[in-house]
Amino acid sequence: MGVGIDVKNLNAWFGKFHALQDIQMKIEPGKATAIIGPSGCGKSTYVRCLNRMHETLPDARVEGDVKVGDLDVYGEGTAAVDVRRRIGMVFQRPNPFPTMTVYGNVASGLKLNGFRNRAELDEVVERSLKLAALWEEVKDILKKKSGASLSGGQQQRLCIARALAVEPEVLVMDEPASALDPISTGKIEELIFQLKEKYTVVIVTHNMQQAARVADFTGFFLMGKLVEFDKTEKIFTNPSDKRTEDYVTGRFG
Amino acid sequence: MARTETLSLGRRIANHLATALTLLSAILVIAPLVAIFGYLLYKGFGSINLQFLTNTPRPVGEAGGGMANAIVGSLVILAIGSVIGVPLGIGAGIYMSEYGKDRYSTVVRFTADVLNGVPSIVIGIAAYSLVVLRQGHFSAFAGGVALGIMMVPTIARTTEEMLLMVPHSIREAALGLGIPQWRSVLSIALRTARAGVITGVMLAFARVAGETAPLLFTAFGNQYWNLNPNQPTAALPLQIYVYAISPFDEWHRQAWAGALILIILIIVAVTVVRIATRQGSYAQSR
Repeated sequence: MGVGIDVKNLNAWFGKFHALQDIQMKIEPGKATAIIGPSGCGKSTYVRCLNRMHETLPDARVEGDVKVGDLDVYGEGTAAVDVRRRIGMVFQRPNPFPTMTVYGNVASGLKLNGFRNRAELDEVVERSLKLAALWEEVKDILKKKSGASLSGGQQQRLCIARALAVEPEVLVMDEPASALDPISTGKIEELIFQLKEKYTVVIVTHNMQQAARVADFTGFFLMGKLVEFDKTEKIFTNPSDKRTEDYVTGRFG
Repeated sequence: MARTETLSLGRRIANHLATALTLLSAILVIAPLVAIFGYLLYKGFGSINLQFLTNTPRPVGEAGGGMANAIVGSLVILAIGSVIGVPLGIGAGIYMSEYGKDRYSTVVRFTADVLNGVPSIVIGIAAYSLVVLRQGHFSAFAGGVALGIMMVPTIARTTEEMLLMVPHSIREAALGLGIPQWRSVLSIALRTARAGVITGVMLAFARVAGETAPLLFTAFGNQYWNLNPNQPTAALPLQIYVYAISPFDEWHRQAWAGALILIILIIVAVTVVRIATRQGSYAQSR
């Protein structure tokens, strides 16, 4: 399940700063792919180029070719909102809508895109919360409590449920566990393991153990360039590039 | 409390002094309102009766009469003003915070600030030349236009400020879900900023509710019942003004009563809106 992503000659800028340089990457469908690298190497910028979030920042610019399944992300007739509906995103810090209930948060993507069928919404909300392993904890407070009243870890799973409710084909996660404690992190990782059966998952992480645990493939970024992209096992045990080896063994600057 | 005892005398004195100063400031802020309201109650309450609330003014010399037409007229003019001012103000606020991140936004912001400083009588004259001169007669509609224009800057600026306080992460969440920008602004950003925007609307409303000058050449006033918004219409501030500068004791008493009714109307309106809009706001109840 899920669709593959084909990135060709991707370049991105912030003003004059060339943040991503000539990235080529073929992301396998139905697998988890981790993006690792030191701070400021372009990891977040890279995944934000996949669903056209990069261009929403001031002075940001993208060039190149991204295909998600048969969708030409930067094609002439492609609308950014359509891309974002097909590529769900989970951010570093949990960001539930504070004015909405738990239910409202999960339903928001569909509701605010004009979806009105209540019975079906109920179903989608339940299914998404179950997929995000949050259903048991919130089923009694769905319409009573604000999404912001949950704990940090629950909020992040709520955000995952919210992203899944729109039924994307790809789920992009930008350091989804970096603001969470180890127990919540464990739950998110378990979740990624299950989600990759249904979706293509791309996860940015600072934590190399996390990449090793959850990802089938890993890409190592350094100063805006993709240094190495291979099976996770290969990256962590027998990398081809010296710089990758230095980074994964902790000998890096 | 054991910790307080270990604090030095100087620290404790400074603490009490600072607390006392803030309390004093709070009292000084509330005092004028309490004094005005108290004095209005004292001077006006005795003249408020059913007749005052249900009758139109009587000619000089005849006892009795009331301000029913002015109360209703004020409500009509304020309603027209709000219908014009609230959407315009909120719209301009949205533009400044969400769309006009260029020099146009600066122009709009500057204009709003200048408009906020324009004397209300000048706005009355503007509405006079825009509406009254063209229509050839005074009307509640013209008064509403004047008050609506006056509401715009306050509402626009508070809406802008409140929207700018909505965290970027929440906007990103909406973008990431593929929600169109207009939808995300209305249903997410504006909803998150709701409490503050409503405060702005209420401030603007309360301010123009007591305005007399902009109504002088627009609504004009009327001694009789009139529910047609296209005709000269009575308003409480106008009626109070006319009665207060008259030489008759009976009219003076009625002016006090009218002022009391006006301030009660504003308090009631603000309270009702606050209660009506509190429900469903999870931001405050969490």
